[in-house]
Amino acid sequence: METTAYGNNATAARRAPQIVMSEKPQTASEKEAQVRFEISDLNFYYGPKQAVFGLNLKIPKNRVTALIGPSGCGKSTFLRTLNRMNETIRNTRVVGEILLDGQDISQLDVVGLRRRVGMVFQRPNPFPKSIYENVAYGLRINGYQGRLDDLVEHSLRRAALWDEAKDSLHKSAFALSGGQQQRLCIARALAVDPEVLLLDEPCSALDPVTTAKIEELMFHLKDSCTMAIVTHNMQQAARASDFTAFMLDGRLIEHSETSKLFTTPTDPRTEAYITGRFG
Amino acid sequence: MNRVALIWRKSLNVVMLTLTGVAAFGVVAVLFLILGYLVWNGGKSLNFDFFTKLPKPVGETGGGMANAILGSLKLLFLAALMGVPVGLMAGVYLAEFGGKTFSYIIRYTTDLLNGVPSIVIGIFAYSLAVLPFKHFSTMAGGVALGIMVIPITVRSTEEFLRAVPGSLREGAMALGASKWRTIATVVLPAAKGGIITGVLLALARVAGETAPLLFTAFSNRFWSPGWGQPIASLPVMIYTYAIAPYDDWHRQAWAAGLILLALVLVANIGTRVVLSRGGGGRSA
Repeated sequence: METTAYGNNATAARRAPQIVMSEKPQTASEKEAQVRFEISDLNFYYGPKQAVFGLNLKIPKNRVTALIGPSGCGKSTFLRTLNRMNETIRNTRVVGEILLDGQDISQLDVVGLRRRVGMVFQRPNPFPKSIYENVAYGLRINGYQGRLDDLVEHSLRRAALWDEAKDSLHKSAFALSGGQQQRLCIARALAVDPEVLLLDEPCSALDPVTTAKIEELMFHLKDSCTMAIVTHNMQQAARASDFTAFMLDGRLIEHSETSKLFTTPTDPRTEAYITGRFG
Repeated sequence: MNRVALIWRKSLNVVMLTLTGVAAFGVVAVLFLILGYLVWNGGKSLNFDFFTKLPKPVGETGGGMANAILGSLKLLFLAALMGVPVGLMAGVYLAEFGGKTFSYIIRYTTDLLNGVPSIVIGIFAYSLAVLPFKHFSTMAGGVALGIMVIPITVRSTEEFLRAVPGSLREGAMALGASKWRTIATVVLPAAKGGIITGVLLALARVAGETAPLLFTAFSNRFWSPGWGQPIASLPVMIYTYAIAPYDDWHRQAWAAGLILLALVLVANIGTRVVLSRGGGGRSA
């Protein structure tokens, strides 16, 4: 496609200026939003077992796209193809095309790609280092030369953790509670200023109050970040996302604006799932 | 007849309990007997001279093993220098990179190397580091002990690296860290405490080895400056002194045994301290 036109500047060093959306994100329809990820005919295999079948999806910029579906439907697998995390698993194979801002991600340098596409995992996984060093980690490995202190503070503020953590920056990250650890992981991902944030069931190990904090955080992050979130919690998808994609058995069944998908689903399987008849 | 069966079962129970209990007591008793005997005999012969003086010529009483204590430390230093880097890196390879077949071969060979009698390793080091130079040397002793350090370090490093949760690796890689960067900055620090323990235990283990030193480092009744001359070590001194026909030498052999034991004990306690200070620290 247009890959060749963009293919020469795959480095992570160059960053497009961030676009701050002035209008209310909820009212925007898919047509108005620019596309950040364009996935065409994606198939994914774990060895001989196929996990994702012919998936086509556009993930719009500065929006939250939720991926819902029963366990084992391939939504996490799909999410992990977006920053090529599945490459760390042996014997896996991707067939299809994923464009990030028009660039084929398989042609990008994987380090640069993962800097642009951050990820937050199901269980908080802070490094056995101080809070400060956790946030600074991504900056250090990317050879950032500026003032770390400011960026660490900025990232912790963006993740709504600054007020709780500012007095214990140099204490072990393990001293934080589970919800704080997860926000630390978000701060860590935000420190390298990613264009996209992938969230793989980020709230499944957290209580409702902490979950609400993280959803609020996602709402504020929309100004600067595109997000894709895998969730088992349909209320969460309905509350926190602008678009929702429903997957079943490795296939994308339906994808539309969240309000539309949850009120007037077109596919009977989507309706069955969101009304709790299976899954 | 029912009662007979019951009595039979009860008495069998008592007999088995007694047998296993006596065996367990025997194990502990042997250990404490050795410890007590060593402390009793060795303690009597320990004095300031033992740590500061050279051995006296045959026939004279007194003197010490200062050269052997320093010699053992020098040999351990060399062994660590040669064995630990190789063992560490091989352990990292096994835990983080290795494919199936090749890893299996390495693991199997390492276990085999671990089981090779130490005297055989001595012969190997002899042909490697003594024969070409035509004289015994500290270096040759270091080579022999270094070879013995490798397999223990490899396996313990691998074990502790495998215990690091995969989510940490994913977290680092998702931030754009390369595999090597992830291992160096996240995985190794997380396993640091355990790896240090493994290394210290390996060194403690070879500290007591005698056989591989007999025809590599040999022994020396004087100081051994540099790395190219024969050098005294505690285990070899114990061996030499214990089989000699002099009472004074026997006493000193006991003292040397006690010091060697103390060395190993310090290493063991040191590792416990390191471990409890947060090497095993991990998220809940």
